[in-house]
Amino acid sequence: MREVARFLWERRAEILALTGQHVGLVLAATSVAVAIAVPLGVALTRRPRLARPVLAFANIVQTIPSLALFGFLIPLPLLGGIGARTAIVALVVYALLPILRNTHVGISSVDPAVVDAATGLGMTPGQRLRFVELPLAFPVVLAGIRIAVVVGIGLATIAAAIGAGGLGVLIYRGVATVDHRLILAGALPAALLAVAFDFGLGLFERRWGPAR
Amino acid sequence: MHSSSVPALEFLDARKSFGPGSAALSGLSLRVEEGEIVALVGPSGCGKTTAIRLANRLLDADSGQVRVFGAPVGDQEPVALRRRIGYVIQEGGLFPHWSVEENIETVPRLLGWPPERRRRRSHELLALVGLPPERFASRRPRELSGGQRQRVGVARALAADPPLLLMDEPFGALDPIARRAMQKEFGAWRRRLTSAVLLVTHDLREAFLLGDRVAVMEGGRVRQLGTREDLMQRPADAFVREFVSEFAT
Repeated sequence: MREVARFLWERRAEILALTGQHVGLVLAATSVAVAIAVPLGVALTRRPRLARPVLAFANIVQTIPSLALFGFLIPLPLLGGIGARTAIVALVVYALLPILRNTHVGISSVDPAVVDAATGLGMTPGQRLRFVELPLAFPVVLAGIRIAVVVGIGLATIAAAIGAGGLGVLIYRGVATVDHRLILAGALPAALLAVAFDFGLGLFERRWGPAR
Repeated sequence: MHSSSVPALEFLDARKSFGPGSAALSGLSLRVEEGEIVALVGPSGCGKTTAIRLANRLLDADSGQVRVFGAPVGDQEPVALRRRIGYVIQEGGLFPHWSVEENIETVPRLLGWPPERRRRRSHELLALVGLPPERFASRRPRELSGGQRQRVGVARALAADPPLLLMDEPFGALDPIARRAMQKEFGAWRRRLTSAVLLVTHDLREAFLLGDRVAVMEGGRVRQLGTREDLMQRPADAFVREFVSEFAT
């Protein structure tokens, strides 16, 4: 135990750098996913016929094993290749579903009487979305983002397999050299990150979620 | 702008169906004159809510016409039209994430009133509907009773001085005591606040209490329009006689 602690301390610079890289990958991917999934989720509430097939498709994509998805992406032009870009694309794919689903559920579960009042008082569809539907759906959307971030932190450890960096680098190196201290040097910070983000976003959710 | 001969709201043979063989409105004709409350009463499914939604273009008629102060609503931009018409729904439909005063200021804000003028107006209305602004202005809707929410809903509908007010079962969700109180007070407020009212209710007692004239609806059209006395003593047909008989006490 003590030995592991000393090992981690000696390599703190590398661990910190890789942690930064790891967080960067996840935040970049989550931002892109939010930019795609929130507008798409809103659009699905306006086109109910499309909602079911699109959500079903997103569900299926979610079931592709992550290592397999990286494998699929590597030969693709533009999106694929070796490196951080491919890893971010894959992380975006996994982050889409929870955000998309929660945006759709959040907006569709706004009280119909409230929506009716907003329209009947003379809000344009854009004003209704901005002033009423999005604020009321916000806690649910945020819960989706929270899931996406926590899942993404776990998945991003695999990104090292395609040379994207992050804490997975230490884990892979540890596995290859059968050095459990190296594995822990990657796995412990990753686990702490997931717990910290989950807790932090949870606080944010309670603090900023509008009163219902 | 409006001469006294132009009704505030007029339905001319309005028809609406939501699919084959299910006419919600089968030729509705009705006038609400300036300065009067017309209560639209009838059993559920008679088309009364559909009627009210045609007036502010939450729905559009399949045929026939709806006019507000003489102008066909079909020719008007729905958003602008709605901001000129007050609208109250059951349970108020208040925005739960906004305070009471923010709720009341909805239409003035959409119309771009300056903040001080909005605030003055919302506090004035709060006082009028019996909710002292110093106690209620910054509360959230969930901190209010059903009756208080309904008062805020009425104040919100009237914030920008609409000359016409539409009310869809406004007191329907209240317990009998709160309901009686609201009905009594509403009669007093409304002359100061708006000119014409179309009130939809399933409660004949409420219709007689608040309506200057009462329209009994059934099967998507008006069976009879008249005062309480007309309806009670000279029912136009068997349905109206049957419908008002529950009130013959």
